[in-house]
Amino acid sequence: MGISGMKRAICLVAALAVSACSNATGWRDDGFGGSGSGGAGASADGGLGAGALAPNSPAYFQQTVGDRVLFAVDQHELGAGAQTTLAAQAGWLAANPEYTITIEGHADEQGTREYNLGLGARRANAAREYLVANGVSPTRIKTVSFGKERPLEICSAEACYAQNRRAVTVIAGGFTS
Amino acid sequence: MRQFLAGLLIGAAALLPAGVAMAQDGPLRIEITDGVIEPLPFAVPDFVAETGTAGELSAQIARVVAADLAGTGLFREVPASAHISRVTDFDAPVQYADWKAINAQALITGGVSVNGNRLTVRFSGYDVFSEDMLGEGLQFSGTTEGWRRMAHKVSDAIYSRITGESGYFDSRVVFVSESGPKNDRRKRLAIMDYDGANVQYLTNSSAIVLAPRFSPTGDQVLYTSYESGFPQVHVLDVARVQRRILSPDDGIMSFAPRFAPDGKTVVFSQSRGGNTDIYRMDIASGNLSRLTSAPSIETAPSFSPDGSQIVFESDRSGSQQLYVMAATGGEARRISFGNGRYGTPVWSPRGDLVAFTKQNRGRFHIGVMRTDGSEERLLTSSFLDEGPTWAPNGRVIMFTRETQGASGRATLYSVDISGRNLKPVRTPDGASDPAWSPLQN
Repeated sequence: MGISGMKRAICLVAALAVSACSNATGWRDDGFGGSGSGGAGASADGGLGAGALAPNSPAYFQQTVGDRVLFAVDQHELGAGAQTTLAAQAGWLAANPEYTITIEGHADEQGTREYNLGLGARRANAAREYLVANGVSPTRIKTVSFGKERPLEICSAEACYAQNRRAVTVIAGGFTS
Repeated sequence: MRQFLAGLLIGAAALLPAGVAMAQDGPLRIEITDGVIEPLPFAVPDFVAETGTAGELSAQIARVVAADLAGTGLFREVPASAHISRVTDFDAPVQYADWKAINAQALITGGVSVNGNRLTVRFSGYDVFSEDMLGEGLQFSGTTEGWRRMAHKVSDAIYSRITGESGYFDSRVVFVSESGPKNDRRKRLAIMDYDGANVQYLTNSSAIVLAPRFSPTGDQVLYTSYESGFPQVHVLDVARVQRRILSPDDGIMSFAPRFAPDGKTVVFSQSRGGNTDIYRMDIASGNLSRLTSAPSIETAPSFSPDGSQIVFESDRSGSQQLYVMAATGGEARRISFGNGRYGTPVWSPRGDLVAFTKQNRGRFHIGVMRTDGSEERLLTSSFLDEGPTWAPNGRVIMFTRETQGASGRATLYSVDISGRNLKPVRTPDGASDPAWSPLQN
């Protein structure tokens, strides 16, 4: 609950950012494409501001590097913004080799359940392939699709759907130093 | 009357664009109109309590029979307040004039006896205007706890005698019970009678569960669970509520399972390297064979009733469409060609139709088409309808309807394949992914 509440807070901030710039064309690729970065008060570990996060911490990865990339409707291609985020993820993972990751692929609610599982698998795999191409060992990466089962945003409008069509890199294993 | 109703249902089966109505007076006959069916009026007085302790059940059983029949939309109950006769002796002659006077065209009477926890139900059906019995009287026995099933069996017999079709009332539905907000939804497997009674939970809500499917005999359920952290196919023994993982435990996502009609084989989807295909597994040996190999998403497989073919969805053409292939895989032929996207195909138990979900212009529909793709008809339309399942007689479809927005909630609905009689199925919480059992023995 705590984590998902926190994620939700982040994405509410992100959603505001989206709606603020949604008139600009191609915002999905404008570099927003990723980061769950940001939000004041969105700190994972209660009390620490973003500036105080240890650079090798999963919280830093999530908030500063950016743990997610977004996709266009029914697509799994990575836009320029998503590629920037994933390159940063690859860099962080290279600097922090003790961690393994799980990439979670998600879809918005506009689709049937089974198809969305397949679509989420495509998205997770697209992120995985980009990380592997950027030097992350495939043995450190698991992928899973949640289809439309785990939306972050709950409105039935594009502002929410855009946030839900995502691949999220979750720092899974290893040990914290 | 039998002839009349059989004609009526054939009319519905022939997918006439117009509704069928009947004349209230004179000889029974069928009139094609552009209205809806005028339901057949029937009366079900409280069954006669034949032992001292049967009083409550004798009334309740009659109520369930009435609800079953009226719930089809093909029948309309003449309420007890209009009855002239009281039936106090199951074996006494029927006072036809009293039932004619209130225009009850069918009459169902019964007698109920309880000895210990043993329940016996006798019943008879009558064609009031021809003053004939609707077949011979029948008797069912069981335990008192199973009283609703006995009522459903009475309804099935009456429905079958009047329509010439097998019934569907003594059946169950396994589904996903949903609670909590949209972004923190809790899902658990549940099973209930077809009418929403006797809900029993089969899993807790600690892991996402999806799309349960009955075995051909109804004693096992396949479903997808995230219990291990990623989706795997599980099988659950309904009576013992015991479950195990069926799909290979090799870190590969497995989902969308369904039994073959022989009950020995299952098909499901697996995603490998981001690519989703359909696989077939022999349950006894665990041997896995791959049925599709395309870079597109192949999922939602469903067998034809004879087990020879599989209908499934694929986006190999660029968007989700329906395809049919041999049950051993190989070349597939596309059967859906209308506007929009088609998914979740399910072969009807009669073998004649495929039910599906269609997405077009931002709306979702449940529809049916013949197995060659012809005669597509959409039965419903809403923000989000999906996942049809067939009643055991192939006349009714149940599906999930989800409402729009932040407070969106999933509910089960049923609809006749004529498109009539759309109505919600009452469940304690939100509900999705229904699967209808075969008729129970």
